[in-house]
Amino acid sequence: MTNGDTPQQNGSGGRASFDVIAWIKSWWNLQPILVPLYALLLSFVVGGVLIALIGVNPFEAYWALLRGAFGSPERLAGTIARSVPYVGSALALAFAFRAGLFNIGAEGQLLAGGITAAWVGTWSFMFDLPGILAVPIILLAGFVGGAMWGGIPGVLRARTGAHEVITTIMLNSIALFMSRWLVNSTDPLILRDTTASVPRTELISPTARLGELADSQPPLHLGVFVMIILCVVVWFVLARTTFGFETITVGSNPHAAHYAGISVSKIIILAMLFSGGFAGLAAASEVAGTSGFFQPGTFAFIGFDGIAIALLARANPIAILPAAFLWGALLKGAPLMQQEADVSIDVVRIIQSMVLLFVAADAIVRYLFRMKGDGGHHIATTSTSWGST
Amino acid sequence: MTVVDGPTPVLEVHGITKTFPGVIANEDVDLVLNQGEIHCLLGENGAGKSTLMNVVFGLYQPDHGSMKVRGREVVFSDVNDAIAEGIGMVHQHFQLIPVFTVAENVILGDELTKGALLDIAEARRRIRELGDRYGLRVDPDAKVGDLSVGEQQRVELIKALFREADILILDEPTAVLTPGEVDDFFEVVRNLIAQGKSIIFITHKLREVLAVADRITVLRGGKVAGTADPSSATQQTLANLMVGRDVVFQVEKPPATPGDTVLRVRDLRVEDDRGVLMVNGFSVEVRRGEIYGVAGVEGNGQRELVEALAGMRHKVGGTVEILGSDATKMTPRKITELGVAHIPEDRNKHGLVGSYSIADNMVLNRYNRPPFARRGIRAAGPIDAEATRLVEEFDVRTPGIHVPAETLSGGNQQKVIVARELTGDVQLLLVAQPTRGLDVGSIEFIHKQIIALRDAGAAVFLVSAELDEIMSLSDRIGVLYRGRIVGTYDIADATRERLGYLMATGSEPDAEDVA
Repeated sequence: MTNGDTPQQNGSGGRASFDVIAWIKSWWNLQPILVPLYALLLSFVVGGVLIALIGVNPFEAYWALLRGAFGSPERLAGTIARSVPYVGSALALAFAFRAGLFNIGAEGQLLAGGITAAWVGTWSFMFDLPGILAVPIILLAGFVGGAMWGGIPGVLRARTGAHEVITTIMLNSIALFMSRWLVNSTDPLILRDTTASVPRTELISPTARLGELADSQPPLHLGVFVMIILCVVVWFVLARTTFGFETITVGSNPHAAHYAGISVSKIIILAMLFSGGFAGLAAASEVAGTSGFFQPGTFAFIGFDGIAIALLARANPIAILPAAFLWGALLKGAPLMQQEADVSIDVVRIIQSMVLLFVAADAIVRYLFRMKGDGGHHIATTSTSWGST
Repeated sequence: MTVVDGPTPVLEVHGITKTFPGVIANEDVDLVLNQGEIHCLLGENGAGKSTLMNVVFGLYQPDHGSMKVRGREVVFSDVNDAIAEGIGMVHQHFQLIPVFTVAENVILGDELTKGALLDIAEARRRIRELGDRYGLRVDPDAKVGDLSVGEQQRVELIKALFREADILILDEPTAVLTPGEVDDFFEVVRNLIAQGKSIIFITHKLREVLAVADRITVLRGGKVAGTADPSSATQQTLANLMVGRDVVFQVEKPPATPGDTVLRVRDLRVEDDRGVLMVNGFSVEVRRGEIYGVAGVEGNGQRELVEALAGMRHKVGGTVEILGSDATKMTPRKITELGVAHIPEDRNKHGLVGSYSIADNMVLNRYNRPPFARRGIRAAGPIDAEATRLVEEFDVRTPGIHVPAETLSGGNQQKVIVARELTGDVQLLLVAQPTRGLDVGSIEFIHKQIIALRDAGAAVFLVSAELDEIMSLSDRIGVLYRGRIVGTYDIADATRERLGYLMATGSEPDAEDVA
C-alpha cells in the first residue's frame, strides 16, 4: 500500500538542497496516523483545562498518570496486562467494520465467550489433559462461544435484514442478565461455585491456565502473545487473502461485491462469526490467564471501549496494538493520579471518551489543525452501514 | 421591452478564468448570449461547461474576467445575486424534494407568505398562469415524487420562471428524457424564446444541437475551441471541434455472421425491489457473432432484465439457457464461469469499488482464480502485471494502477470496467448503457471494442436508452415495452421512426406484425 497523498506544495524557500520544511510537511500528510494523534493531543488539552478548573496543576496530574502507567517494570507489565483484552474486543469491532458492519455486541460476545470458556475449563477430562491441549481447547471454547453470540446477529442481518446495531444491543442485555443468572443462581444451581464467598464459577483446570509472565497488577500472562499473533493473522487475512478481499469488498460496496460473484450474505455471517469469536477469545484468555474463573462484571465496558480503540486504530489490526496499549496505560495510570493529585479516575474516562469523539468527528480535528479532507475510508464505511443495506 | 433590430446581448462573459487546485477549468473564455436566442454550449465531459455556467450562476467566483448583464457590469458573490439579475438555472440533477408538492417545491427558498403562513393559494395561481403561458402544464398539488422525469423537469423550469428569470441556463436537460419527451421539451424551449427569454443550452448530443441551436460555442480543455453556425455545421465538424481530431462517427461494422445460439430466454418474469413485475414474458435468442440490441424507454424493465440474466436478481418465472446449460438458478459467479461478461448499467454502484485501486478493480471478476490468487492467498505481482497491461491496451488515463478508481473520470472508469469484462474467454457479453455520460472519444473506443468482441465470435446482448447507439451497433433490434419484446427488426429494416413509435406505444402503427 502506498501513501496516496503526495506533498506537492514545495517549501517557499527552496534554496537548500534538502528541503526540511517539505520533509516535515510530508509527515503532516500521513493523515491516517495524524488525525488520531491530534485527537489524542486535543483530548489531553481539554482534560488539562478540566483538571486546572478544579484547582489542580494539570502537569502534576499528568506526571502522576504517566508514572502510574510506566513508573516501574511492574507498572509497565500491569499496563500491558490491562491492554490485552482490549486488543481482542477492538479486533472484533475492526473486523466487522471492514465488512461494513457495526458490531456493538462485543460486550455480550465477551460474556458469552468468557462463560463458555470457564464452563469448558471445569469439565473433568480437562484436568487430565496436558496444558498443550487444555489451553487451546479453552481458547477455542471462548472463540466458539463468542462466535455463536456474534453469529446470531450475522444470520439475522443476512437473512432478514435486521440491523446488527439493534440486534447486538439486545443480545448484550441478554448476555449480561443470562450470565448473571447462570453464575448467581443457587436454585437451580447452574455454574456457581458454592464454596466461594462471591458469586463466580468453579476454578478451571490448572492445566488450562495461561502461564503468568509477571506478578503485576493485573498479572501479565501469555494471553498477550495470543492477542499479538491474532492481530498479525487478522492483518494477513484482510490484506492478503481472497477471503479478506471479499470481506472488504462487501464492506466497501456490497452491490459491486454481489455483481462480482461474492455471496454477500455468506460474508456477513462469517464476518460476524469471526468478530464475535475474537471477542470470545479475548475473554477466554482473560479467564485462563488471570482469575481462572468467570465472574460477571469482569468484562464490563471492554466491548464498548473496543469501539473507541478500533476507531482510533482506523480498523487496522496492527494499529490496534498501540491503541489498546494506550487505553491500558490510561486505565493503569489513573489510580496514581487520583492518589497523588487528587484527580478522579473519571477524568481519564472523560479523556478517553473525548478521544473517541474527536476521532469520530474528525472534521473538528482537521479544522483545528488545518488539515485537508480525504482519508478514513473505514470510518466512512462505518457510518454508511447505517443508511444503506 | 422588445428589441427588433439587430441582436442585443443580454449576457456577456469576457475573459473568464477559473482554476481549482491543480486544474484550469476555464481559461480566458468569452461567451455572448443575445436576446431571444438559444445558444448551445457544447463540449466533452470535463471541458469546463459546468464550471463556466456555475460562474455565470454565481456558484463560483472567477479568478479573472468580467460579466455584463444587459450591458451592465456585474459581480456575483452568490446565487442570489444571479437570481436578482434574472438568471435561472436548471441543473442536470434536479434539486427537488420528492415528498413536497409542486407548489411547495416551487416556492421553496422564496416562500410567499401571508402573515406567518405560506400563501400556497397564490403560489398555485401563479404556477397555473406560468404553465398556461409557456406550455408547462403540471398540477401544482401533485407530489413531485409521483411525477415523471419530464414533468419534474417542467417543475424545475417553473421554479426558475417563478423567480422571474429571463436568462435560462439548462444543464444537459435532455439527458434524462425519452425521445418523445425531448420533442416536447424542444417545443417548450421554442415557446420560451417566443416569449422573450434567452437560453444557454448545455449538451454533448450533437443531433440536438443542430436541431435547436441558434448559435454554438464549443469548449475543449477549458478554452473556447470555436464557434459554429448550425446552418453550416454538421455532426462531424462539431465532433471534430469537440475532440480536437477526426472522429470516426459511424462505426465500421462488417455484416454479422451469426452462429449457434448462446443465450436462450423463455418467458422470463422478474420483479423489481418493490415486488412490481417489471419483466413479464420476455423471450429471446442471441447467437454467436451477432449483437442483439434492446431498445426501449427507460423503466420498461431493462435494469431488472439484465440483472436477472447476470444472476444478480431472482427470477419469478421462465428459463434462461446459456451455452446449453440451464442458468435460471445460477449465481453470478457460476454465470461468470460459463464465460459471460457483464458491463453493468450503473458503473459506480455495481461496476467498481470506488475506494479500491485500479489494479484491484481490474481483477474484480477473477480475483479468486490463478494467477491472481492461489490457495486463497492473493498474488500482488500478477494482479499488477495484468492491470498494467490492461491500462495500456485500453488506454485508461490514470496516474497509476494504484490510485483509487473513484478518482478517475467517468470515461476512464468505464474503460476499466470494459477492459476487465472483455478480457478472457468471453462467450456472451451482457452490456447495459455502455456509454452513458461519456464523451465522444470514449464512446467511439467502447463501440469498437464491442464490435471486435462480436467479430471474435461472442454473442452480445446490448441494452441502451440511446437509440443512436442501438442502431449503430446492433444486428437485430428488439423493442422492450412493459417488460416484453413487442417487435424485432433486422437492422436493415429498422428506422428511428418505426422504433420510436413502438417504444412509445408498444404497438405498430398498423398493427401488422408483432414478432
